[in-house]
Amino acid sequence: MQEIRNYTMNFGPQHPAAHGVLRLVLEMDGETVVRADPHVGLLHRGTEKLAESKPFNQSIGYMDRLDYVSMMCNEHAYVKAIENLLGIEAPERAQYIRTMFDEITRILNHLMWIGSNALDLGAMAVILYAFREREELMDVYEAVSGARMHATYYRPGGVYRDLPDQMSKYRESPWHKGSDLKRINSWREGSMLDYLEAFTADFPSKVDEYEELLTNNRIWKQRTVGIGVVSPELAQQWGMTGAMLRGSGIAWDLRKKQPYAKYAEMDFDIPVGVNGDCYDRYLVRVEEMRQSNRIIQQCVKWLRANPGPVMLKNFKVAPPSRVEMKDDMEALIHHFKLFTEGYGVPAGETYAAVEAPKGEFGCYLVSDGANKPFRVHLRAPGFAHLSSMDTIVSGHMLADVVAMIGTYDLVFGEVDR
Amino acid sequence: MSRITHYFKSLLLIELFKGMWLTIRYMFKPKYTMRYPMEHIPKSNRFRGLHALRRYANGEERCIACKLCEAVCPALAITIDSAPRASDGQRRTTRYDIDLFKCIFCGFCEESCPVDSIVETAVHEYHFENRGENVVTKPQLLAIGDRFEADIAAARAQDAAYR
Repeated sequence: MQEIRNYTMNFGPQHPAAHGVLRLVLEMDGETVVRADPHVGLLHRGTEKLAESKPFNQSIGYMDRLDYVSMMCNEHAYVKAIENLLGIEAPERAQYIRTMFDEITRILNHLMWIGSNALDLGAMAVILYAFREREELMDVYEAVSGARMHATYYRPGGVYRDLPDQMSKYRESPWHKGSDLKRINSWREGSMLDYLEAFTADFPSKVDEYEELLTNNRIWKQRTVGIGVVSPELAQQWGMTGAMLRGSGIAWDLRKKQPYAKYAEMDFDIPVGVNGDCYDRYLVRVEEMRQSNRIIQQCVKWLRANPGPVMLKNFKVAPPSRVEMKDDMEALIHHFKLFTEGYGVPAGETYAAVEAPKGEFGCYLVSDGANKPFRVHLRAPGFAHLSSMDTIVSGHMLADVVAMIGTYDLVFGEVDR
Repeated sequence: MSRITHYFKSLLLIELFKGMWLTIRYMFKPKYTMRYPMEHIPKSNRFRGLHALRRYANGEERCIACKLCEAVCPALAITIDSAPRASDGQRRTTRYDIDLFKCIFCGFCEESCPVDSIVETAVHEYHFENRGENVVTKPQLLAIGDRFEADIAAARAQDAAYR
């Protein structure tokens, strides 16, 4: 009889379910995966090295581009690291804004995840609905920062601008006029906080819709229940964080365990899974969306009641306002100093981590006292998760690899950095 | 009892029909999509799109070649040369190039400009037809500024209190 050998195949980097540029070399025994070998680095842009050649502030924009579906959380980790070394703290309002936008980011990320994961596993409709809500939240991103994704909004010492008191409106067109135009603009009559309030009131019903499409669906359950089981021990051994760890039943969340920004004041729950399979992680993420929604509601309420500065009034770190800069010689000098040289950060090292939607996103920052970082290391949750691929996936069928990649919530911007 | 209900639920494909009912309902709801080239989604007054160089009301260009934008640009997309202007000896740029392929649209140039000269307009639909057109030169930037000055000024005025 002829000897049957294992078959090696490439999964990606052009595979639509590889979520970007993952090249997975799979050793197959028929339909069964014997060994999975992820090859990463195709999206390596050298962010860490790049940051060493620029004043601290100039790298904020590059942090957006790491995990490009949870932009502001990445900025938060970097900005927090700088603030740690400088020994400054953002004003309270800025911290609430950051908390709110971290949660908006979390919803954005989970919407992207639920849509693409469902699409990978054969459910077409969810991504269309999820992107509708994403669009609404991206308008919020645009309203505060001017960019729909790569916001560059957080700064050491606060956030760049306060929340706008108006939302831009749809214009009349032959297809949208009269009462129809009024309907699509109905959320946009008031300020950005009014818009967000309308969104948060509406969003839980939208999550119900996703759940109606997926949670009890037999195809979805067949593709996810019992697939990619991660035991709690395994999850800890592989350094998993975020939904990957909570799906296995460990209630570890930096927002609760090491509260930063204003999470200590927020009332929210940490959902945990039981079995640690893809289905549990799905349930955890769906529940996280609901909890994020709650946090946003609390932030909106606080932000509405408490106006105030959003940026530290420390001209050695944060530039003066434009009115001051044009009026006052000293402010102008600070402005020029900050935008050319930047600011020196005291020598030292620090690690700042935030609970990004995918897990613990950390920034290890070493400064030698200059205006540029001596070394930046970014701890990307996706990288730690991906490294466990072989352990979890071997023994599964080929189609389950897709489910597993989806549930890892991989984004190659952060894995490859 | 629960086994019986579960049996009938799964036999009758209840959850599948529920999901399909949801999608069918959406067929009769107003559409969420826009007919893009003809209509647009709303754009914030802080939008960061194509760059422009502005002028004062008397037609004098604002840029004084302080090179702050060049210094602050994280992507090194801006290149400036300066020299005294031949007519009156004022310090002006002789070259102001923005490489739009390098630009990451972070908005730092606008933030840094002390005379509100370089701005990021709300224009996001532009294209290049030939190699090299990605480098936008000073006359082009000034022309963009002239063309959209009303919009640029209105958006800046709206946002003035926040900056």
